[in-house]
Amino acid sequence: MTDLSYVRKESHPDLPPPKSEVGVIAWLRQNLFSNWVNTLLTAAALYLLYKAVPPLFNWMFWEADWSGKTYQDCTSDGACWAMVRVRFDQFMYGFYPVDERWRINLGFLLLLGTGIPLLIEGVPFKKYLAIFVFLIYPFIAFMLFYGGMGLTVVETNEWGGLMLTLVLATVTIIVSLPLGVVFALGRRSNMPVVRIICVAFIELWRGVPLITVLFMGSVMLPLFLPPGTHFDKILRTLIVMAFFAAAYMAEVVRGGLQAIPKGQFEAAQAMGLSYWKMMGLIILPQALKIVIPGIVNTFIGLFKDTTLVLVIGLLDFLSIIQSATTHKNWLGTATEGYVFAACIYWIFCFGMSRYSITLERRLDTTHRD
Amino acid sequence: MTNLDTAQGTMSVSDEVAIQIIGMHKWYGDFHVLKDIDMTVYRGERIVICGPSGSGKSTLIRCINRLEEHQQGQIIVDDIELTSDLKGIDAIRREVGMVFQHFNLFPHLTILENLTLAPIWVRKVPKDEAEETAMHYLERVKIPEQADKYPGQLSGGQQQRVAIARSLCMNPRIMLFDEPTSALDPEMISEVLDVMVGLAETGMTMLCVTHEMGFARKVANRVIFMDEGQIVEQNEPEEFFNNPKSERTQLFLSQILSH
Ligand SMILES: Nc1ncnc2c1ncn2[C@@H]1O[C@H](COP(=O)(O)OP(=O)(O)OP(=O)(O)O)[C@@H](O)[C@H]1O
Ligand SMILES: [Mg+2]
Repeated sequence: MTDLSYVRKESHPDLPPPKSEVGVIAWLRQNLFSNWVNTLLTAAALYLLYKAVPPLFNWMFWEADWSGKTYQDCTSDGACWAMVRVRFDQFMYGFYPVDERWRINLGFLLLLGTGIPLLIEGVPFKKYLAIFVFLIYPFIAFMLFYGGMGLTVVETNEWGGLMLTLVLATVTIIVSLPLGVVFALGRRSNMPVVRIICVAFIELWRGVPLITVLFMGSVMLPLFLPPGTHFDKILRTLIVMAFFAAAYMAEVVRGGLQAIPKGQFEAAQAMGLSYWKMMGLIILPQALKIVIPGIVNTFIGLFKDTTLVLVIGLLDFLSIIQSATTHKNWLGTATEGYVFAACIYWIFCFGMSRYSITLERRLDTTHRD
Repeated sequence: MTNLDTAQGTMSVSDEVAIQIIGMHKWYGDFHVLKDIDMTVYRGERIVICGPSGSGKSTLIRCINRLEEHQQGQIIVDDIELTSDLKGIDAIRREVGMVFQHFNLFPHLTILENLTLAPIWVRKVPKDEAEETAMHYLERVKIPEQADKYPGQLSGGQQQRVAIARSLCMNPRIMLFDEPTSALDPEMISEVLDVMVGLAETGMTMLCVTHEMGFARKVANRVIFMDEGQIVEQNEPEEFFNNPKSERTQLFLSQILSH
């Protein structure tokens, strides 16, 4: 029999990790050349980058034409950015009267100036900022963009370009989230009537393509209204898109609500919190946090879906670019137009995506020290 | 552990009724969970409820604050009868605190916010006053230094102590505990039981579902044994443990004491 007893006499010191575990070389070896498949993939990727990137840069920058009056002035092999330069103001403002464009700039600057601090952590007076952005700003923006209170009225058929896209996207995004929350709560309600109404609403809007509802909103809705009622086309589009987005949002939020353990509801109830306080203080903050990726996904989808308003004749950012590239002076610049549009859409969508990641990190209370 | 010999001596039971349950029945669908429950709890009583899994212990105490609805009979808490009247339910929930097996702290709020939420939003206590009370109770459960952390950063035992403090911040007259130590690692059980013993010494009316028989002997003035949705036996702890009358109680005690 051997002696099984053992007692450690002194504790082992902490040693630095072996050389192969740290540094650039180690990183390269582990991530790019760990085995022959990996090495092969790395080589293939490098080759593709070498083939694709330099020509793209040549086309976009080094060989591009930056000025000119028509496509004929673009003589080099590269992109004809002259088209974007000449038409830039129209891309931004549509047919909004030139003298009134400051109103749009002011409107968006005001939103940026008050909205962005709202999104940043640690900014003081957030309560007042939020009240301004959500309750006061909409009226100011309406007055600036549309007119009234001494400003000349600019009819919405003169709106267009990026400005129209941003108006459509911002309004639908801001309206669809609270509306979606309401429908998600309604769908889980104990009251059958409320539940049935919410389920019907969600399934109805979710089951129909956006193009169809846009058509119905713009062509069919006026037929049901009493003759002579004027019901603005952009307003109709906004309502239709907000409902459509709210239906999607409701399902995203419902996913979050279902992920909250029953114990959270019970603890809140046992403390005597009413239904709305329980939802507002305990359940929704947690549920919405869980579904931030889904919410932002819906926002991004929505932002890009604003391009569909082209089918009802609104000239949003994409369609105004398309119409420029089909003008006789600029035939042949379709690629430039789409690349430019893609870059702008990408910047907005990527921005939203990055912000959502920051927000997720900031709100994470599980692993914070 | 806290000195338990003195614990029972200092605690008195008044003859004022805190909870009265008369001929109460409850069904889940067509499953008869609670059958003809009659029970009177006097102010200052410390009652331990035990019984095999599925016997309806949780359901019984959850009926007292209306987390579950009973279908027949009466439950009267602090002279208010539990009916579907929401005002009555709210009034009772303000007076009855509950501690759960899985703590159920709110993970998105700090410890301090967990403690002040209900006082601020339900009792309308000013914020600084609520925070003062919260710190007082955190000191009582011996973790004032954790006030600004989030629940996820605390150990199970600490979380359960926070949960107890959270209930106490509402200044309840009755406390319900549903297996408060059964989700804890063994070395954390005693820190939670200590807090509960301390609470008993203040004269709090307590109903506690637990299998901690040491706790029952030291603190309880009455032990209730449930099986298959019925109260099978109840007695003072000494009598209950040393001299159980019913066969089912004997079997149950032999099972939990044998391991
Ligand atoms: N929401 C529910 N719907 C249907 N049946 C339920 C529900 N909750 C509990 N039950 C059943 O009711 C019975 C009593 O459950 P209860 O949770 O009160 O038991 P318990 O005595 O607390 O058991 P444990 O010691 O396991 O916690 C069990 O058979 C359980 O399966
Ligand atoms: Mg139970």
